Amino acid sequence: MSRSPDLAGTEWTILFLCWLLASISTLGSLFFSETMQFAPCVLCWYQRIFLFPLVLVFGTGLLFHDPKVVRYGVPITMAGWLIALYHNLLYTGIIPENIQPCTQGVSCTEEYIELLGFLSIPMLSFLSFTMILILLSILKRRLSR
Amino acid sequence: MKKTYILFLAAALLIFLFALGNYIYKNQQSEKMGFLAQEEAELFVRKHSATLGSDEAKVYLVEFMDPACETCRAFSPLVKQLMAQNPGKIKLVLRYAPFHQGADYFVRLLEAAKKQGKYWETLAIMYQYQPQWASHHNPQPHLIWRFLEGSGLDLEKIREDMQDPAIDQIIEQDLSDAKRLNVSKTPGFFVNGRPLVNFGYRQLQQLIEEEIRANYPE
Repeated sequence: MSRSPDLAGTEWTILFLCWLLASISTLGSLFFSETMQFAPCVLCWYQRIFLFPLVLVFGTGLLFHDPKVVRYGVPITMAGWLIALYHNLLYTGIIPENIQPCTQGVSCTEEYIELLGFLSIPMLSFLSFTMILILLSILKRRLSR
Repeated sequence: MKKTYILFLAAALLIFLFALGNYIYKNQQSEKMGFLAQEEAELFVRKHSATLGSDEAKVYLVEFMDPACETCRAFSPLVKQLMAQNPGKIKLVLRYAPFHQGADYFVRLLEAAKKQGKYWETLAIMYQYQPQWASHHNPQPHLIWRFLEGSGLDLEKIREDMQDPAIDQIIEQDLSDAKRLNVSKTPGFFVNGRPLVNFGYRQLQQLIEEEIRANYPE
């Protein structure tokens, strides 16, 4: 394997879009919880665990024009994507939520917002992780050419 | 070099937008609540609502309650104490949110007692013996009557007045106002239209003291 080229031109822009998506999602998520005071449920927290560091991982990659960023970005994004997928299946009722006793926390199927009739918070998360994954795979393909 | 600029510029822009959104949202929220308190004051105080305290009072404490609710019972002495500590400044307004199954029976009883001018006395008796007639959140209508015997109420008349369909309307109105004000648990407190956000004795006391300070500058 030859010395990997520095990120430039279109590749840098693709990674920049990934970073932008991750940043907007992070701030949006913080807006829901801190400003609008929606308490995040457990699954939301797990998605946040994988979403928040993406901002720094992608940001560092952009700063140093480092194409290896894909290697580190993909596993984190994948983990977040899987949890988001599970959350949406639970939320839409495709997987039944186990019958649980009343707890202090927030139910993961609690409905907060429904933008345009279908954009729930778990759906926003899923879309965001999906788009980042697609962009990363495009980036990977271009870099290995 | 230029790209680094783009990154930092974008980051700064995003953070700025976040702060701006935060500011706008918070402003909107407080305006909304202020508007509710002034323009739609009747959401909080209806003509039929039972009130206690001076008509001159500037601090309206609105409580959505359920006669069978244990926490409402527990808050009752505190509310009395707060009113005694601030004579003439607090007006208590009771609204009904009979969420417990069967609790509307006791709302009817209260409304019937109101016609005999013994509303607050009857409520005091209800709260006092609540553990007996509503143990385990299961209000049992027949158990209340023996506690009312020494109260001086005309019980025969009460049984009759309880059937008054006007009481249905009162309950319906209160429940619909509770829904509009997002009251899903009892007791639901509002002080001059401001909801008690963090539930607790101390928090209620703080909210009331804040409103007293705002309305009675020294």
